[in-house]
Amino acid sequence: MIDLSKTIDLSTSYLGLKLKNPLVASASPLCEDIGNIRRMEDAGAAAVVLHSLFEEQIEIESQELDRFLTEGTELSAEAVTHFPDMTGYNLGPRGYLDHIRRAKEAVRIPIIASLNGVSIGGWLQYARQMEQAGADALELNIFYVPVDPELTGEAVEQKYVDLVREVKGSVKIPVAVKLGPYFSSMANMAKRLDAAGADGLVLFNRFYQPDFDLEALEVVPNLTLSGPHEMLLRLHWIAVLYGNIRADLGLTGGCHAATDVVKAMMAGAKVAMLTSALLKRGISYLETLVTELLIWMSEHEYDSIRQMQGSMSRNAVPQPSAFERANYMKVLSSYAVR
Amino acid sequence: MTSPSTRSKVTIDGNEAAAYVAHQINEVIAIYPITPSSPMGEWADQWSAERKPNIWGTVPTVIEMQSEGGAAGALHGALQAGSLSTTFTASQGLLLMIPNMYKIAGELTATVFHIAARSLAAQALSIFGDHSDVMAARATGFAMLASNSIQEVMDFALISQAASLEARVPFLHFFDGFRTSHEVAKVEQLTPDDMRAMMDEELIRAHRARALSPDRPVIRGTAQNPDVYFQAREAVNSFYRACPTIVQNAMDKFANLVGRQYHLFDYAGAPDAERVVVLMGSGAEVAEEAVDYLTASGEKVGLLKVRLFRPFSVEHFVHALPASVKSIAVLDRTKEPGAVGEPLYMDVITALVEAQITGKRVIGGRYGLSSKEFTPAMVKGVFDELSKPAPKNHFTIGIYDDVTHTSLEWDPRFSTEVPGTVRALFYGLGADGTVGANKNSIKIIGEETDNYAQGYFVYDSKKSGAITTSHLRFGPRPLHSSYLITSANFVACHQFSLLERMEMLKAAEPGATFLLNSPYGPEEVWNHLPRTVQKQIIDKKLKFYVIDGYQVAKDTGMGVRINTIMQTCFFAISGVLPREEAIAAIKHTIEKTYGKRGEAVVKKNFAAVDEALSHLYEVQVPDKVTALFDIRPPVPAAAPEFVQKVTARIIAGEGDELPVSAMPIDGTFPSATAQWEKRNIALEIPVWDEELCIQCGKCVLVCPHSVIRAKVYDPQHLEGAPAAFKSTAARWKDFKTMKYTLQVAPEDCTGCTLCVQVCPAKSKSEVKHRAINMAPQPPIREAENANWDFFLKIPEMDRRVLSLSQVKDSQLLQPLFEFSGACSGCGETPYIKLMTQLFGDRALIGNATGCSSIYGGNLPTTPYCVDANGRGPSWSNSLFEDNAEFGLGMRLAIDKQNEYARELLARLGSVIGDELVKGLLEADQKTEAGIADQRERVKLLKERLAGLHTAEARDLLSLADALVKKSVWIVGGDGWAYDIGYGGLDHVLASGRNVNILVLDTEVYSNTGGQMSKATPRGAVAKFAAGGKPAAKKDLALLAANYGTVYVARVAMGSSDMHTVKAFLEAEAYDGPSIIIAYSHCIAHGYDLAFGMEQQKAAVNSGYWPLFRYNPKLADEGKNPFQLDSRPPTIPLKNYVYNEARYTMLTKSNPEEARRLLALAEEDVKSRWKLYDYMAHMPANGADKGGNQ
Repeated sequence: MIDLSKTIDLSTSYLGLKLKNPLVASASPLCEDIGNIRRMEDAGAAAVVLHSLFEEQIEIESQELDRFLTEGTELSAEAVTHFPDMTGYNLGPRGYLDHIRRAKEAVRIPIIASLNGVSIGGWLQYARQMEQAGADALELNIFYVPVDPELTGEAVEQKYVDLVREVKGSVKIPVAVKLGPYFSSMANMAKRLDAAGADGLVLFNRFYQPDFDLEALEVVPNLTLSGPHEMLLRLHWIAVLYGNIRADLGLTGGCHAATDVVKAMMAGAKVAMLTSALLKRGISYLETLVTELLIWMSEHEYDSIRQMQGSMSRNAVPQPSAFERANYMKVLSSYAVR
Repeated sequence: MTSPSTRSKVTIDGNEAAAYVAHQINEVIAIYPITPSSPMGEWADQWSAERKPNIWGTVPTVIEMQSEGGAAGALHGALQAGSLSTTFTASQGLLLMIPNMYKIAGELTATVFHIAARSLAAQALSIFGDHSDVMAARATGFAMLASNSIQEVMDFALISQAASLEARVPFLHFFDGFRTSHEVAKVEQLTPDDMRAMMDEELIRAHRARALSPDRPVIRGTAQNPDVYFQAREAVNSFYRACPTIVQNAMDKFANLVGRQYHLFDYAGAPDAERVVVLMGSGAEVAEEAVDYLTASGEKVGLLKVRLFRPFSVEHFVHALPASVKSIAVLDRTKEPGAVGEPLYMDVITALVEAQITGKRVIGGRYGLSSKEFTPAMVKGVFDELSKPAPKNHFTIGIYDDVTHTSLEWDPRFSTEVPGTVRALFYGLGADGTVGANKNSIKIIGEETDNYAQGYFVYDSKKSGAITTSHLRFGPRPLHSSYLITSANFVACHQFSLLERMEMLKAAEPGATFLLNSPYGPEEVWNHLPRTVQKQIIDKKLKFYVIDGYQVAKDTGMGVRINTIMQTCFFAISGVLPREEAIAAIKHTIEKTYGKRGEAVVKKNFAAVDEALSHLYEVQVPDKVTALFDIRPPVPAAAPEFVQKVTARIIAGEGDELPVSAMPIDGTFPSATAQWEKRNIALEIPVWDEELCIQCGKCVLVCPHSVIRAKVYDPQHLEGAPAAFKSTAARWKDFKTMKYTLQVAPEDCTGCTLCVQVCPAKSKSEVKHRAINMAPQPPIREAENANWDFFLKIPEMDRRVLSLSQVKDSQLLQPLFEFSGACSGCGETPYIKLMTQLFGDRALIGNATGCSSIYGGNLPTTPYCVDANGRGPSWSNSLFEDNAEFGLGMRLAIDKQNEYARELLARLGSVIGDELVKGLLEADQKTEAGIADQRERVKLLKERLAGLHTAEARDLLSLADALVKKSVWIVGGDGWAYDIGYGGLDHVLASGRNVNILVLDTEVYSNTGGQMSKATPRGAVAKFAAGGKPAAKKDLALLAANYGTVYVARVAMGSSDMHTVKAFLEAEAYDGPSIIIAYSHCIAHGYDLAFGMEQQKAAVNSGYWPLFRYNPKLADEGKNPFQLDSRPPTIPLKNYVYNEARYTMLTKSNPEEARRLLALAEEDVKSRWKLYDYMAHMPANGADKGGNQ
């Protein structure tokens, strides 16, 4: 039997990192465990993006600790305090930074740290600390919900650009930006982030969308795993952006099968990120994906991943308009005809 | 030798000073919490949890025991096995140690007990300081060394340990509770080298060599007979004789090392003094200040400070006393009713007689009981008395005794305050950060300047909205002023609302500075000040500043913590330090204090500092009083006479001025007085939306302060209702024609919002609007007051027509427990209130010491109240450890009285009327109607007995009420039930008697500040479990159920209120012992208590707190008595526990341990559920009748 891995080159590069294949285990609770990260490497992941360090979370934890250490104090002569106030606490990014260190010691594949921040100061400080802890690259997970009606789109965009520029200016390791699709001009936004120095764009973040509990009349958290249908939006924008920006593109959201990986590559992605697929099917599913990818490529006579990357991007297809508004109209009308 | 200059100066309190030394020179520390000594144990536990070593490089083992008796036992064992061992305690705790103390001393064992000396519970409990406790232990054979100041606490902690090792006599090292244990002062910190130099290695080895060991076996603790016990007891004499010299040698060695020289008796004052006072403790500091002042003006007075009280060295005493002395006043801070005199007085008399010193007049007196103020003016009063030709003996000073006329007069205007000392007073509310800020300020002044600094903090007895007063002194000269400030050159009011409650500017001296936290700016504040305040500002020419601290706090993310803001203002105005230096110092302290809690916390505090300065304004004081209102009277005019004459004075802060005649002679006080103390502490109060309300009663049930009430009544009672009074049609099938009103007591609410959180009725068009919503109190206060008064006049519902097992119906019953001082959002009080609603009119309550005894029985007012017939709970607190037994005793008395009354009925049958007797004897009192009928019969009986003049008839008349069913409730917290009182509780459960035990399980010793009990869950951080509690919570419910004859219920109101109500009814109905273990959320759990009920639900849903009832009656009926009432876990344990800081703290301080303990706790939940489920499905009486869920 032929060992396809010997004949087909799955390697790719992402953010300047050489990867053995385009499969990246993306940020999920699975990455909180070093054993899982080892298992990911063994199953064939080319890199791992750690779960996000949420600056907001750090701040909330610190505020809460302070609040509850002080809230019950000085209530009465007998109960001046209610808790022992220890000399030190494991607050802030310490636990996360240790995790980076331990992950780096545990595996040989690149470890990409993920940072979700809210303030310039926080981003810079944590980004630097992650670099020092040994992260091979950073993924800025920009998860910003602009609810203030006074805040213009322009201002929001500028905030993104400034954040990226600041972080890029303060670390030497490559920086990718994971962002959502909700920009008036996605392509322009991508270009501006590119210009700000982003080494990669990861498309797209899936935003937390709270649900309603109709019995309790309460707003409740809702987190569902991604489905394959969600990939289309990503494919579309990767195909549009490919070739127009310098930064590498990564696809995240909806990638569940080897053919999805192929599509991602053809649209122009350097890597396909896997989260829901692994949560649903387990880490070992990576092995299956690698095998199926090889088989598909072999059957379709592809030699390498590089060969197919961008092959169906907007610039590479005969009808670029397929990616434009007319296409959207066509789909709708064809749907109506049925 | 370390030179003094290299020792650091620290600003700490007495407890920390003692613990600092004790932790470093011991190996095994056995502890138990008791105010005011608890912080010593807390420090020791925390330092060991943080792996801080002692001077020999090993971390002392700290263990919390189930009681002080247990701690003493463990300590005794540790000493016997050769460890250096110590403990910390006070008051009743010390009393519980006494049996072991005789043993330890009898066996000549070296140890030091550090005591924050406190009053003993007699006519009342008091947490405050005097020497009653240590004096009760003076016969044990322990040496007794008194520290008078914080520095001395640190020094004597070491000297006593060194001396004890050499003397082989155990020591009580004591200092005044609160005044010294809690005073913050700048002291020189001893170094580990100092301790090493004092702790003789040879003596330590000798101590170990005397230990029990199977390698060199001996027997100790034998039983001896009349032939030799006496001689053996005398065998220790030489050690006691040598002890004083050994102590003096240790003091001399210490002086060589550190530079501070102490003596067994230290004399201060004129060398040729004619009048001398003798005393020990913090009062000696006060006396020294007075003596310094008086001698400076030429008076021949002096002070003899007693340091080593036991063994009392006559020789050293006589030597220390100037020969010129003509008269001596001995001051004791304790009382021994019936004795010739108090202990120190007796010793002084004896010493003089034994030394054959004659011709000196000696008088003795009492001062300072329960931290009663003791001032230089009082010292002068004593000296003045000594000048009289026939001075009063057995006097008291500091009170006005108009009954037995023991009291001496003093001139309160006499002041010895040192010129140049800044004296600042700060008024705030508990938890607003005032005290914390002032502790920080004292640290800054103490550690950043050359000034001496002292801080002392006074709280009122409420747990919600307690008024705090901070007394700060600092200046270039040493401070001996161990008394409160009554003349201040800086007064700060951190809470605007306090201006109308107390006359705080009384203490401002002319020209002083007044800083006010005011929602009104410099232009408009004047007209919002009461007349008295305006007048004092004008008359005393005060410099007046305002800042809107709450606005600054809000803007800078500080929430409602105004500490940093007010502290900054204080430094900015007072000029203690140059402004820039002060700001830098404040910021430095912020870094030090909050840095470990994260940068965000530091940042917001920095912002608060910066913003404070730009919002601080000086007010241009007008020259006229313009206000149309004044300070409110402490109680309304309608209050009864006792409340007006006594309670109101205490509320107004004038309790010190009440004479002896105003006090009940035996500690008995009227109940139902909390209603007169209108505290107005809520910024927002609930407002009812009658349209939306479904009348479920949940808000009434959960209200911790009984401020939400519901009534169903005849519409005719609406006549004359205030315009704003709300009512709606009652939603009861049987009361369709009646009206329903839900009313809030606006001035008694604490604003906890539990009611809003629990309200199930949400508006269809805006879900945040419920049937009850919070609204600012001031604008609606007057209207709601009128509504409340009107509501109270509407008759209560007839208890007989209600279906009490329905929550909705039960909440129409009048609570006979209202407006307590419990914490805002308290999780305990709703259960107590429910109990009083259901059974309060025939309840006797024995209450263990703890939160429930403090909010239940701490003066000035009492929350237990009465119904329209004058009936209500009769309540008493005996001790902490004996509550089950105490309640059982009540039951025994009632049963005996009932039995005797029934016998008398039988004897007097025909005289009274056979039918009435039959009715009385055979009455079915299972229902409210049955009880009401019996009351009617008893009334008739009394009428008939009144006409009879036989001894038996008179006896029966005095016992007739015992024929009505009584309900005995034994109430307490988990510290009592699981730990200190468990032995008694267990015995009472086994007694078979009809008592109802209510365990308010907060899973820590809440009242003393959150120390671990055996109810503390695995993985939770508590004091004494700083590293997370390693063991699982004791399953008290299951242990009780194990008897098979005890009704047991584990309830959580927030999970199932119906289950709770049912359990209370069943427990009371069961003719035998019942125990209800009630999940009580608590401020010591570390989350916003507004969500207390939701957290209770999570506790049940996670399987952590399964609800069950064990009813032995069911077994009689052939059913399984064990009923599991909640469902299998539906949420992971972490979804419950990680809502609370007590658990999340461990994830911050020791993440790995947190993970390990969580995993174990998850296992606990699983295995317990399995067991309960098995029990619930066990066949009953051999037949498979199954449990029901």
